[in-house]
Formats: sequence, structure tokens, C-alpha cells
Amino acid sequence: MEYFLIIVSAIFVNNILLAQFLGICPFLGVSNKLSTATGMSGAVCFVITLATVVTYLLNQYLLAPFGLEFLQTISFILVIAALVQMVEIVLKKISPSLYQALGIFLPLITTNCAVLGVAITVVTKDFALGGNAPHMLNLGQATVYALATSLGYGLAMCLFAGLREHLAANDVPKAFKGLPIALITVGIMAMAFLGFSGIV
Amino acid sequence: MAAASTLKNMAVCLTVVCLICSAVVGAAYAVTADPIAAAAQAKTTASIAAVLPAFDGTPEQGSIQVDGVDYTYYKAADAGYAIISTTSGFGGALTLMVGVENGGTIHNTAVLSHSETPGLGAKCTTDASFIDQFKGFNPAERTLTVKKDGGDLDAITASTITSRAYALAVSNAVAVYHKLTEGGQSNE
Amino acid sequence: MSKWHFVTDGFVKNNPTFVLVLGMCPTLATTTSAMNGLEMGLATMFVLILSNIVISLIAPMVPDKVRIPVYITVIATFVTVLQLLMQAFTPSVYETLGLFIPLIVVNCIVLGRAEGFANKHNVGESALDGIGVGLGFTASLTVIGIVREILGSGSLFGWKFIPGDGILAFVMAPGAFLVLGYLMVLFNKYLAKK
Repeated sequence: MEYFLIIVSAIFVNNILLAQFLGICPFLGVSNKLSTATGMSGAVCFVITLATVVTYLLNQYLLAPFGLEFLQTISFILVIAALVQMVEIVLKKISPSLYQALGIFLPLITTNCAVLGVAITVVTKDFALGGNAPHMLNLGQATVYALATSLGYGLAMCLFAGLREHLAANDVPKAFKGLPIALITVGIMAMAFLGFSGIV
Repeated sequence: MAAASTLKNMAVCLTVVCLICSAVVGAAYAVTADPIAAAAQAKTTASIAAVLPAFDGTPEQGSIQVDGVDYTYYKAADAGYAIISTTSGFGGALTLMVGVENGGTIHNTAVLSHSETPGLGAKCTTDASFIDQFKGFNPAERTLTVKKDGGDLDAITASTITSRAYALAVSNAVAVYHKLTEGGQSNE
Repeated sequence: MSKWHFVTDGFVKNNPTFVLVLGMCPTLATTTSAMNGLEMGLATMFVLILSNIVISLIAPMVPDKVRIPVYITVIATFVTVLQLLMQAFTPSVYETLGLFIPLIVVNCIVLGRAEGFANKHNVGESALDGIGVGLGFTASLTVIGIVREILGSGSLFGWKFIPGDGILAFVMAPGAFLVLGYLMVLFNKYLAKK
């Protein structure tokens, strides 16, 4: 039940893009075409989940026991940067086709604040789930949370890319062309997502 | 322009940069450790003072388990108990400091942290007509739930979930108070 | 020709929010009120100036291939220092801005200026650029915060002048996107006229 709540809440209610504002830059940057949006979502999904597991363990077994929590920011970002690099190398070796699909997005992901954002949220925030008293997530829940959050990212990204492909074909006033109209569209989408609030 | 990259100078460069950065962060931590602890302490002291009647001396900190949940409390001998109580609000954890006077009446409550929606649930920190209901509330005579649930509290407009969580946090704190005082007094 | 233009460029021509469209996450997330926007802008400016200065100093010595990891480490160091200072001296501000303080590390403005400006210019110019872009960012965030606070809460810097609740949507997520979108339209109009 807890897992179900985590998933629904992370995908719909607290959608990482539309409610938490994390990872907006790549969201606006690569959502011009549905195909690139899917590629980016896949890469983000992969990296967020992996990075959250690694940083969770790092925090649990290295930082917390020694009272070094103040190093979270600096150590997490270095771990994420190294991890992205490693994923790139490994993918290139073992699955060239996957590398073809996701490869070009990987270097962009280090500075995607969604990755660092989720990693930090998981180790610092108390989660309120159902009727239970709020508590820190355990490793399994953290992994599910990271996966669900990145699925939410992918969902919002692909929906938006679909809309944006249509926008491109429309006649938009000059001052609204490009990003402004895109932002207003996201605003309306975020309003629709507000409808999910309260269901968990 | 940047120096040419060889394995040796890359390794040296990264090591040196990491060493210097660790030194800077370490130094900053050493300098700020005391002020950070003092700031946290000041916040706790201020919120205890806000929820209890004036008292002498330093409140004594303790913790207790009620229904499988750990609570931290501060005991001020002549004034009562300040109890930290956390429940699930609308947007996440809602943590309150609840002051219970000796005798079981609530003196005042204060929000320590919350993640409620700005303009809606977040009013639980500012909406006087909601917060003031808890001042002098005697749980023995009235019911600590919102009117929708058959209690005696008016909810914040359009924020029933937050109001429920707030009321629940307060009533949990009252339960903690009873468990704390149970030992010394007869339990009628 | 004075060096003044390094500062003014950051305001209009290189405005990080409306022209470069960088650092969108804090721009949208922390501007629920004018004060929050201002504080977030100043926090970012602190990191931006210091990292610009240090990176312009060390850039000639850093091997090309490891420059990004080195820059990120430098930036992360300053962010951690900022986090510690804020926890110590302005704990309530730190609590309000929350997650978005550590996330300055991945704010593309900071790394963007390091890579695009500081490693090619001297210390003085880099510091001025940091101040200019920092001020431009702060100004944009404050303006967005002002608009959202007036529409959403009927107040300005906490001073309430319209009774009642205001239009809540502007304090919540959708309002952030809408306000930024419409302000960008106005900015484009202004640039087109010039």
C-alpha cells in the first residue's frame, strides 16, 4: 500500500516538473520533438534511479555515521557526475543500440537538477504516507520513489512535447513565439495536474 | 588558455583542487558549527517559550514512546510540557510544538515546520482565528477534532486536511501528556 | 570604454532569465513572494561572484579535459559554504528556500558563466560579470515574485494592501509558468521596440 501511495504521489500529485519545478531547463530545451523527449526521459529515468540508490547508500553508510551530512551537496554532485560518465562508458561497451538512443543526452544530465534534487530530497525529507507518522524512506521505498518520480518526469515531458509539436504548426503572435507560448502551455498543464492534488 | 591534458597533470590538478576544497568546506564547517547549533537551540527555546506560560529555569528534555511513535518533549516544572508532535498534512509532514499546562489544558501551539500549500494550508501558521482556538482548549471538556468530524474546531477555509492534521497533532500531544503524567498521578 | 558594460550586460542583453533562459528551476519554484525571489537571487549571486573569481584565477592552470569536474567542485564548495553560513545566521531564510540552496550547484547560470566567461577573462572582469549577471537574476526573480505576490496574495513584500485571498493559482505551480511566460512576452516586445 505504501508503495502504491509513493508511486501515485510521485507521478501525479507531486509531479517533479509541474509541481516541484525540478529539471525545467532540459524540459524546455529538448521538448521540441516527441522523439528527443522520449530519449531524454529514458536517460533521466535511468540516471535518477541509479543515482538515488548510490547516494542513499553513500549517505547511510558513509556520511551519516561520521556526522558529515554537511558534505551531502558536494559529494552527491561528484558522485552523480562520475556515475553519468560511467553509465556512458558502460552503455557504449555493452549496448551500442541503447547508447545510440540515450547517449547524446547523458552528458546533459549531470546538471539536470532533478537528479540532485531527488537524491537530496530522499535523504533529508520526512515522507508522510497515508495515516502513518512521517518518516524517512528506506532503501526500497527510496528506489521506488526515484523510479516513480522519473516516470512522472517522462510523462510530463512526453505530453508537453506532443503539445509543442502542434504549437509549432500554429500561427502565434510574434512576441509569444517560442518559449513564452510554451511556458503558458505548461502553466495550463500544471493547472490540470492540480486536479490530482488531494487524492493521496 | 588552458594547459594541455596529460594523465599526470589531470590527476595532480584534481587532487589539489579536491584537497583545497575539502579544506575550505572543513574550515567553514568548523566556524559555523557553533552558530548553527545555537540557532537551532534558540529556535527550540523560543517555540517552547511561545507555547507555555512563563516559567523559571531551563526546560528538561526527554523522549517517550506512545503507540509506537517516539516523541520529544520538554518539561518545565511549574508550567507544563512542550511536546513536539508530527502528523501528515496535505503536502507532507506537519510538525508542531504543543504546550500542555499542568492540568491538561492546552496553553498554545506553534508550527515548527510544514510543507502545506501557500495560501491554503500554509495559513495554519498565520490564520489567527484557527490558531487561537487552541489557546486554553481543555480536551477534557471539548473534542479535539474539526466540526466536520464532529469536534469543536473550525477548520481553515478550504483546508480541511491541514486542519485535521493540525488537530490530530495536538490531540496526539495530549495523549503524550497523559502518558507522561500517568505515573505520578492516579489515573481516573 | 569603461568596464561598466560587464555589469549592465547582465541586466538586459544577457539577462539570465528572459534572454538566456537559464536557471529556470529556482526562478519558478522560489518566487512565491517578492522577498523569497530577492533572497534566492542574492544567494545565487554570492556563489556566482565567488566562483567566477576563483575560476578565472585557476583556469590557466587547469588541464582542458578535467575543467568541468574542477569547476563543479569549486562551485559545490561555495554552495556548501553558503549553506552552512545560511543555517548559522539566517536559519528562517534557509528553511524557506530549502532544497533550492543546494541546487545552486546545478544552476546552469553558474556553470554557464564559468565555462562561457570566467575562464576566458581576468579576475576583475569576471567579478564584474558575476555581479552583473547576479543582479540581473536577482532583479528578474524579484519582479516575478512581485507579480505573483500581488496577484496571488494581494500583498507586496509582506505588506497587504488588497483584503481577501487573492488568486491562489498564482502562488501555486501554474501561476509560476504563466507569469514567467507573460513577462517574457513583455520583455520580447520591449527588445523588439529598441
